[in-house]
Parts: sequence; structure tokens; C-alpha cells
Amino acid sequence: MTRLRGRLLVLQVLVIAMIVILVVRLWQVQVVQGSRFVTVATETRTREVRVPALRGAILDSSGRPLVRNRTTLVVSVDRGRLERMKDGGDAVLRRLSTVLKVPLSKLKQEIRACGPGVSRPCWPGSPYTPIPVANNVNPRAALQILERQEDFPGVTADIQALRDYPNGKDAAQLLGYLQPVTQSELEKREGLKANYSGVDLTGRDGLERTYDSALRGAPGLRNVQVDRMGKVITVNQQSDPVPGDILVTSIDANVQRIVEKSIDQAMQEVPNSDGAAAVVLDIKTGRVIAMASRPTYDPKVWTGGIAEKDYRRLLSDKSGKPLVSRAIAGEYAPGSTFKISSVSAMVADGQPLHGTYQCPGAYTVEGRAYPNAGGMSLGAISLHEALVKSCDTVFYRAGYEEWLRDGGKVPKSKVKEPMPTMAKAYGFGRRTGIDLPGESAGRIPTRGWKRDLWSSTKDEMCRRAKTGYPEMKDQSRAAFAKRLAHENCVEGAIFHAYEAVNLSIGQGDVLVTPLQLARAYAALLGDGNVRSPRIGWALMRPDGSLKQEIPVPVEGHLPINDETREYIRKALSEVPSDGTAAGAFRGFPMNVVKIGGKTGTAEVYGKEDTSWFASFAPADHPRLVTVVMVAQGGFGASTAAPAARRIWEGIFGLGKGDNSKPVKPALPDGKPVTRLPAISRDNTQ
Amino acid sequence: MTEAIGIRRGSFASRVVGRGSVVWRMDWLLFGAVVALSAIGTLLVWSATRTWSSIEPTGMAKKHVLNLLIGLALYSAVAVTDYRWLRTYAPVLYGIAVLGLILVISPMGSTINGHHSWILLGGGFALQPAELMKPALVVILARLLVPVSEKGKKKDRPRASGVALSLAAAGGAAALVMLQPDLGTTMVLMATTGAIIVFAGIRKRWVVAGVLLTALAGAAVWSMGLLKPYQVARFTALIDPSSDPRGVGYNSTQALVAIGSGEVFGKGLFHGGQTTGRFVPEQHTDFIFTVAGEELGFVGSVTVVALLGVVLLRGARIARMCGDRFSALVSGGIVAWLAFQTLVNVGMTIGIMPITGVPLPFVSYGGTATFANMTAIAILQAIHLRSRPV
Repeated sequence: MTRLRGRLLVLQVLVIAMIVILVVRLWQVQVVQGSRFVTVATETRTREVRVPALRGAILDSSGRPLVRNRTTLVVSVDRGRLERMKDGGDAVLRRLSTVLKVPLSKLKQEIRACGPGVSRPCWPGSPYTPIPVANNVNPRAALQILERQEDFPGVTADIQALRDYPNGKDAAQLLGYLQPVTQSELEKREGLKANYSGVDLTGRDGLERTYDSALRGAPGLRNVQVDRMGKVITVNQQSDPVPGDILVTSIDANVQRIVEKSIDQAMQEVPNSDGAAAVVLDIKTGRVIAMASRPTYDPKVWTGGIAEKDYRRLLSDKSGKPLVSRAIAGEYAPGSTFKISSVSAMVADGQPLHGTYQCPGAYTVEGRAYPNAGGMSLGAISLHEALVKSCDTVFYRAGYEEWLRDGGKVPKSKVKEPMPTMAKAYGFGRRTGIDLPGESAGRIPTRGWKRDLWSSTKDEMCRRAKTGYPEMKDQSRAAFAKRLAHENCVEGAIFHAYEAVNLSIGQGDVLVTPLQLARAYAALLGDGNVRSPRIGWALMRPDGSLKQEIPVPVEGHLPINDETREYIRKALSEVPSDGTAAGAFRGFPMNVVKIGGKTGTAEVYGKEDTSWFASFAPADHPRLVTVVMVAQGGFGASTAAPAARRIWEGIFGLGKGDNSKPVKPALPDGKPVTRLPAISRDNTQ
Repeated sequence: MTEAIGIRRGSFASRVVGRGSVVWRMDWLLFGAVVALSAIGTLLVWSATRTWSSIEPTGMAKKHVLNLLIGLALYSAVAVTDYRWLRTYAPVLYGIAVLGLILVISPMGSTINGHHSWILLGGGFALQPAELMKPALVVILARLLVPVSEKGKKKDRPRASGVALSLAAAGGAAALVMLQPDLGTTMVLMATTGAIIVFAGIRKRWVVAGVLLTALAGAAVWSMGLLKPYQVARFTALIDPSSDPRGVGYNSTQALVAIGSGEVFGKGLFHGGQTTGRFVPEQHTDFIFTVAGEELGFVGSVTVVALLGVVLLRGARIARMCGDRFSALVSGGIVAWLAFQTLVNVGMTIGIMPITGVPLPFVSYGGTATFANMTAIAILQAIHLRSRPV
């Protein structure tokens, strides 16, 4: 028994040792490290739930919605939760597929992360946000998911607001679109990572992007206690979401509609055309009344995640990149519409406003004849007539002589460059600064520009001038390329006479955007101030009170006197009645509303001409400018001018409706809305 | 003590409550600790299961109380009985337990909560034969290791045949339990067997050899891949809980978090956020200690450990006071069994033992386990009452 008792004593000692070990370890865990575990426990148990704020609507100048919200039941999947399951969430997805009646494979595609080699359908947003897999879910399915959380861990159904476009495709590029926030964007913004409910969308283009922070509002924060299944047990504290501000724009939905229809018709009439744009500006305020671009698309495709097919189509060359607004990003030679700048330059340079100018059939520069369009020869004419009839040779001479005064090929130390300088004063060659992303600057060729271009390419050109192009198979082509390289190497910095000649009539290297042209005309016809156009007019709080009116900055003033501007306006006022656009405006009731304007037909190497018409009304006291551009549209008078005519008819209610009854004017007397609309909740949601 | 026990029998009432009666002389400290643990256990089970059903939040707690009452009845019956019948009927008890284990792995066995360990009795009752095997094995081993007739010759060491038979009996039982499979109970059975054989007096070199052999067998089992992957994972998770945070590591981490977050005084009964959120799995059975840790804090969890310590040390005391080898081995075996289970259960929740499915004695929810534990304490009491050192 002694040995047995001895060994039982060992047992007793072991038991005591065990108790000591357990107590010491408990001390360690609960007392020493306790606070650390409290933190961990709080982290596992509580979730920060972001309650997304209702995004503000975008309204037109009368308070009609351009973009509004519509609520829908959205089912979202938390991929992180699914991945943590043994089967990677297969069982859950299978059940979800049954309830939603969506194929399992489709669900799986939608929740995988986009990346190299993974194309849509896939999730481009943050992995921390739940991924919406179904919109417009019927309430019964949503209830099933919410009530049987044990069967659907990681799956939520909630009411979400989706963007709705009551006017369909109208102003698609201008309005922009929303896309899920990406991981990198999330990391830049604090406190968004922990959210697991709601989809964080951000404006990616257009007004949605420019005014994103205002439209977005502030999400509510809810600190909830969840159980292991992620089911909410208690809501700890809550800050309500602050709905986003409402953006009132100066866009008039009716005018926009008319503009859209008109350029649609222009595109149909000229099947070769591959793009078009139209801009209607309020001359007095510098605000945009309407702006459209072709080709276009239906912004509805973004809502609730875009399908691969649609996404690829939107980005493809074949579709003509409908996401790009030709009105602000399309750069085209302006042709004769540019002559307002050239005339201004001539007068500013000291040529007499009321003098006579020779308009021969062709003007010869350095042995080469530059003819008028159609060989028109008018003899001695005024500047007025030069504009109305669009006589190129008057401007050729002016451009050439100015070039000569600057020293010709060998420039003086200080050059005046009256035409490019005036063009820049009109706002060409730089971004207008409109409240839209993705604007192009256009281009005004100058001696300085030429020199800069040369210094950046001369090394390569001079090397090629020596080595030639041995890799080219065609001997004669290689020889030509070598000669060209030599020429560029030696003379590339020189601003040639022909360039000055081309510049004078808006050809050659001159590139402008339709919006730039519109604001140049607005500056000329208004108070001479060059403004940075704005689409956003005011931000209103959700309750309808004014938060902030968006000003239209004045960027500069035209360096010409009022007499000159008046002179040019009067000349342009004759164009639709007696000048180059007379054909397009035949039968237009000029006695009711007189339209002024200028046609432009710009040659494009290897393509059809770009058709332009810059116009304004009423011609005597201009209030609105309308610029229409049709790429590869042919003559300005034959394509763009008729399109502009249709727009004016719509604005002033001069046309006939489908049933030959007179239509109501979109803007009575052609006057844009001058007072901000009264906002009620109804027209924002 | 003037009266010789058992010679003159008084009335039943006086036998039960009178001076020198069973009630008077039983180890009240031991019994009190068991009652206290059961009471705490009931509250913890209640807390852990109150969120299961909004209609009847006390459903599981009530069932637990019912189990305890049945256990108490068993306790009373066994405690007042002469423990020596155990020696006689040990093979029968063992046989019943073996039969139960065979039934479990036969088509009659049932799976509850993912464990194939049950025989359904109907009416919502189920039996877990592996739990019954624990006391049965203790008794049969004690009998096998203490030869019946010794002709006055005090033998201090067990016969080799007895040891061999013991190993066979234990091996058979362990094998049957392993077939369920139930790694935790298998480990309890093996540890208890080892302890009893050592108590029985085998030579130290055999003890050393046994330890080495166990280690070797363990290594062999490990390397030959006899364990299921999840079982291996439980051990690797012990070494590094973050190695498998979604699987076993999850349980281990969550248990640690729940206990640690209780800090010194706990969050209060029914106020444990981790418990309410059911972050720890099997929280009313294998992980019941985490509820104590979170809601009752260091104070509460140490109280539970201390009460278990009281039970074990009183048990060890009873064992050491025994006048005969059989009762000493039985009580020593019971203490070893409960001590090992305590160590593994509490140890796994605080990250010093691998995750294995063993209940915490007297605290965890579970009918058969409660009956087995109560019976074991009753046997200790019976031995305490009747076996006096010579």
C-alpha cells in the first residue's frame, strides 16, 4: 500500500500543479492581457455599418429631373464571409441561386474580383463592400433571405437607391455615371473600410464626378452588435445619413431634347458622319442651356453594374467611344467660323474696320495660289461682306502680311502674331474650365508652338536625316521620308507662310472644341467677357433651400472695342438671310426671330469636311448661342446649319409638330429661366 | 463512535440522517463543491443557450436541471450502497458500456451536433455510451489489477497478466470510442488507464517504457496519417492558432477572446457580448468555461477551477485514506479521469491544450456525462464512508 499511497500523493501534487498552472494562465489571459482581448472582442462583435445617403438629384433649370433616384430591393453578397466558409460559400450561393432564380455560375461570376484576365461580369469595387448580385428583387425573395439568415450567412437584402434617367439618352455624357469605389479610393478615404452594408458608388464622369462630393451627402453610421452569423442583435448608436445636395443645372430639358433630336437627324442625313456635337449657351450668363454629343449611349447600362458586353462596346473604337463628349473633348478645325477671331485680329492690328479689301478668286503666297471656295471673286468689298460671303482671300492676305511684318521665316525678336494672339484672347487653345471632366484644350499654332514642337522632335528627325529609313522596304518612300526628316530637322522650327495663311481661316493646325467656339461667340456677342461656362447653376439642400449658387467665372475680356464687336455682329446677322447659310434658312420667319450665324467647312486630311454652324438669336440683341458641329458632315451650310435651324425653331416654337399644329416654344421669347426653381421633394426622387 | 457500523440496524430514517449516518458522515466538502459547480453550470448553460429560442429561453437550462436531478438520484443510490458490489459487477458494467459503444457504431447509433456518439432512447432522451465507459473502465481496471485471493500475502505490484488484461480492456474501449470517432474521450480513457496502471504499482522502468511507447505511438499515428486532417489541425492550431483562423484556430481564438475579455470581474451573467453573439461554438458543452470566463471574469473562472480543485483534492484524499487496494485504485482512477478532463477542457479554452471534445466535469451540459460524473462522486463517497485505513 505504501507505494500505492506514494503514487497517489504524486497524483495529488500533480492536481495542485495543474490548478496552479490553470490559475496562472487565467491570470495571464484575463488580467494581464484582458484589455487587449476586450478590444479584439469589440472588434469581432461590433460592426460599423454605413447607411448610404441618398444621392442628390440633378435637375434642369426648371426643376425637372435629369437624374433622379428610384429605390429597389438589392441583394448583396459579402464575399469575405463566403470565403471563410468551408466550401467557399458554395452551399449558400446555391441556395441563393434557387431563391433568386439566377444561375449559380452567373452569381459566381458576379462576385469575383475584376483584375487582369478577369473581365466582366465581375466586381470592380472594394472587396470590403458587399457585392450586389440582384436588383429589383421581389419582396418575397428578399424576406426569405432576411428571415433565414442561418441559410444565407453573408447575404443581405436591403433597399437601395439606383440612378434613374427620366430623359433616357439625353445629355448622357454630360450627366456622367457612377461606379463602385475601388479599393485604392477607399483607402484614401478614412473610415470606409469597415462597412459591410450598402454599395459605395462614386461619380466617374460628367456632372456626377464634378459634383460628386456635394451630391454624395454623408453616410449615416450605425454601430451594431452582430452575432457569429452577422445577424444584428442590437444597434448601439446611430448617426443619420445626410442626403446629398441637389444640383440644379442651367440645362433646359426641353431644349436638350430638341438639340438631341436635331443632331440625330443631322447624323441620319449624312450617313458618313462619325460624330456630332451641339452646344447652346446663355450669352448673358455664360451658362450652358443644352449640350449633346454623338455617338451616344443609354446611361441606364451603368445602373446596378454594367454587363461585360455593354462595357466593351462603350470603350470600343467601333462604337465610336460614346462615353467621350465631342462637345468638350472633340477637337476639330473650325473653318470659317474662326473668322470672327481673324477679323478682330485685323482690326486690333490697325486695319481699318470700314476699309475696303480685295477679294480675288485666289491669293498667291510664295508662288502658290490659295483660291476661294468655289473660285468666288468679289473684287473690292468691306469686312462686312467678307464675313457674310465668307471670302477667304481677304483673310489669306491679312494673315500673310501679318506674318511678313513679324519677319516672315526669320522672326523678329518680338513678334506680334495678331491672329493667334486674338484667337487666344477668344479662349481658343486652352480649356474653357467648364464643370466637366475630360475637356480638351484645342490648339492655336504659333511660332512658339512650332519651335517647341521642333525641339522635342528634332533629335530624332536630324538622326533620320542622316541615317535615312533603311528599315523601309519601299525605296522611293524611304527616300521621301528621309527628305521630310531633313526638312523638319533644318526648317522644323520655322513658322511658314502657308501656316499663317491656313490659320487665318481656321484651317491647318487650328483645333477647337464646339464648346470653345460657342463661348467665343458668346463673348463676342455679349459683353465682350470670355467666361468659363458652367452647367451647374446651384446646389440646393434636400429641403429645397439654396446652399450655394455656382458662379460663372470671367476669364478675360476681348481686346477689341464695342464698335468692332457691333460691326461683326451685324455682319453675322446677315449670314442666314443673305449669306452662306441663306439656303439652310430659306423660309425661316426672320421677321419673328432673326438668327445670326457663321458657317464653317473645315477640310480634314483623308476625311470628309467638318461641318460647322455657329449661330445666335435674336440677332439684334443676342441672348443665346447655338453651335452645331458634325464631323465628316460636309459643308457647314448643308448639314450643321439646318441642324441649328431646327434647334432655333424648337426654342422659339416656330416649327410644326407631328400633327402640323404649332408647337410650344421651349424657351418663350428665347429667354432662359432666370430664377432658380422651387424644389420640393417630389421632383428629386 | 461507540456503535459498530452495520451490526445494529436502526430505522431507515435514522440510518439516513441520524448521527453516524450516511448523510452525517459523507464528505460534505466534496459534495458541496459538486453542488456549487452544478449550480454555476446551470447558470452558465442558461446564459449560453438563452438566445437559442425566443419562445423558451430557459429550455436547455431546465433540461440541464432535470439531468442534474436524475444525477443526484443516481448519486444518492450509489453513495449509500456498499462499494464492494462494484468489484463483483465490474465485468457487467464494462460489458454494458462495451455493448453501448458497439450499438453507437452500429446502424442504431445516431449523430447529434455532428458527433456520432449517441443512442436515441425515444422521448427526446439520448445516451452517450462513451461517457458511461469512463466509470466502467475505472472499475474494471481496478478489479483486473488487484487479484482476488492473496492468502494474506501482501502483494505490492500487479500481475503481468492483470496488466495485460487491463491494457486489452482499455484498448478495446478506446478503439470503439475512436471508431465514432471521439478523440477527446479516447484520450481521457487512455490517460485514466495509464494512471491506474501506474497507481497499481508497476515498476518505474515500465512507467518510463510506457511513456516512451505512448510518445512513439503518438508519433507513429501522426506520421502515418491515421488521424483525420481536422484532428491534426487541432494540434497544429494549438501551436499556432493563426495557422488556421477559419477552422480550428477560429474556435481556439474565439475561446481565448471570450475568456480574456472577461477581465477581472467579468461582464456579468447574461451580459457577455461574445456569448450572446455565439462566437464560441459548443458553448453550452465543451466550451462552457468560456462563458464563465467572459461573464464571471477571472474571479469566476478561478472559482470554478478552485471548486474543481476541491473535488479533485478531496477525491485524492479519499484515495490515499483507502484501506484496500481496490478502492484506492477506483478512487485514484476517478480523480485521474476528472483531473485530466479538467486540464484538457479548461486548457483548450485558454490555449494550452489542443481542442478536443471533452466536457468540463459538473459544469458542461450533457445528460450521460452528468450521470457518469455524479456516479463517480457517489463512488468516492461510498468509499469514503466504508473504507477506512487499516
